[in-house]
Amino acid sequence: MSQVMNQYRESLSNAHTIFRKELASYFNSAIAYVVLVVFLAIVGWFHASNVFLANVASLRLMFEIIPAVYLFVVPAITMRLLSEERKSGTIELLVTKPLHDADIVLGKFFAAWALVGAALLPTLIFYGTIAVLGDVDHGPIIGGYLGLFLMGGVYVAIGLFASSLTENQVVAFIIGFVFVFALFMLDKVLFYMPVWLMGVLEYISIDYHFSNITRGVIDTRDIVYFLSVLGLSLYLTVVSLARRKM
Amino acid sequence: MSITVRNLTKFYGHDKAIDDISFDVGTSEILGFLGPNGAGKTTTMKIVTCYMPPTSGSVEIDGYPVATHALEVRKKIGYLPELNPLYHDMNVLDYLTYSARLHGLKGPALTGRLREMVDACGIGSVRHKDIGELSKGFRQRVGLAQAMIHDPDVLILDEPTSGLDPNQIVEIRKLIRRLGRAKTVVLSTHILPEVQATCDRVIIVNEGKIVADGTPEKLQQEFRASDMLSVEIAARVENPMTEIFPVLASLRGVEHVEFQGTSDHVHRFLLHTLKGTDAREQIFRQAVNANWVLLELFREATTLEEVFHKLTMKDEMESDSHRTRS
Repeated sequence: MSQVMNQYRESLSNAHTIFRKELASYFNSAIAYVVLVVFLAIVGWFHASNVFLANVASLRLMFEIIPAVYLFVVPAITMRLLSEERKSGTIELLVTKPLHDADIVLGKFFAAWALVGAALLPTLIFYGTIAVLGDVDHGPIIGGYLGLFLMGGVYVAIGLFASSLTENQVVAFIIGFVFVFALFMLDKVLFYMPVWLMGVLEYISIDYHFSNITRGVIDTRDIVYFLSVLGLSLYLTVVSLARRKM
Repeated sequence: MSITVRNLTKFYGHDKAIDDISFDVGTSEILGFLGPNGAGKTTTMKIVTCYMPPTSGSVEIDGYPVATHALEVRKKIGYLPELNPLYHDMNVLDYLTYSARLHGLKGPALTGRLREMVDACGIGSVRHKDIGELSKGFRQRVGLAQAMIHDPDVLILDEPTSGLDPNQIVEIRKLIRRLGRAKTVVLSTHILPEVQATCDRVIIVNEGKIVADGTPEKLQQEFRASDMLSVEIAARVENPMTEIFPVLASLRGVEHVEFQGTSDHVHRFLLHTLKGTDAREQIFRQAVNANWVLLELFREATTLEEVFHKLTMKDEMESDSHRTRS
């Protein structure tokens, strides 16, 4: 039992080491700042130019914009995580250290997720401004932020998987984009689908669950959906990392 | 700390990279893994370091099978992969700290080890620089420091001196010798003087097979086809080809003689003698009889280079002829 606990603690400390290194490398390079600024600029522009037109004190529009911005921002954050290690050969050093492949994947995942979370923080300014300007229904906003954070996690996990498939960062970006775009578009093309498929596709589509949460209803089914897509992507990443063994 | 490799075979798709390789490395031995590019050196090292499993066969490090105890094995191994991959955007100390943490070092033990490695590898002056800014020689030192940060018992170094200039090569070799004194070291190379300068033992691989195994001296002896004697004689003769050459050629055990030139009444010959015979005494007596002055007489040693060339080229020629026949 204590051996299992020790292993668990070791894994955690390894993942934490990798997490710190990856986060530091985001902030040591321009990546983090570019992401934060671009994200805030795009979201801010769409939000500010519409909020007065709509004349409603809500962040509904912002919650519609951010998933679309995520589509290209998140794959850009994750594209280098594993592909760069493969290209430069450092992956060989990393996987021959005494740690599990899963520790590597988790460390990198949480680093990228933390950056996505950090990009959300400045948008709280908009929350503050509309709270000053009008009567705000706080439920949907709290749900919206939770939904955005979880959605970011799902996209990061998918992007990380894409990054494990290739040693070319551009290819990793495109694969990641295609995956998250497909997930994002699913409930927008439901109209063209045969009726018997609709239910399944709706359940798979990320927007369906996201819009449930942004209504302010935090349903375990939606949380389970986010966590299971996230977990599946991470699992596939671990499998993909182990491909060298074939 | 010993390494035991048994019947190791690895296929990449249909290509056999290594073919039934077996060898042992004893504690604190420095083993040179020698072979032309593509012979299977890197593949063997990748398997020993648990980067990938073999198609068949087994590797044990200090009794731990690599296949089932990868984590234990990795703790004991320091690895410098081919081309020395590094994170160019990290600074030297951060990188070494990162490597040390992944090996489970922390607190004062970590800082102590860090200081030791920075001193031992001579990277104190660049410790706050980004790795990308360093020269190749310094990068190689950082790579070695990284490999030894956790004081492993086994060091696996894949071409540790490739791409360095001659001075850096000498320094890195010294470093490996010094730091590897109490460790089991396996280093691969295709540079022959490297093996003679650093290794206690050599394994030559070619096309995935071990073709020779022994100390550099033993291999030189074993693969010597004939002995060669270099002779330099000073004598006032009209024509060395008619007056000295036939005498040397008629000696017992001499297969043939090469005349290598004359300058100022000094004549040089190269004698090929049968293996196991020694014509030196006869040469001396003949020289005394004929009143020649023997300026030089020594055995030409077979270089490891020749051994290597013979072992790896012969196979190539054979397989070429196989191909033309089929």
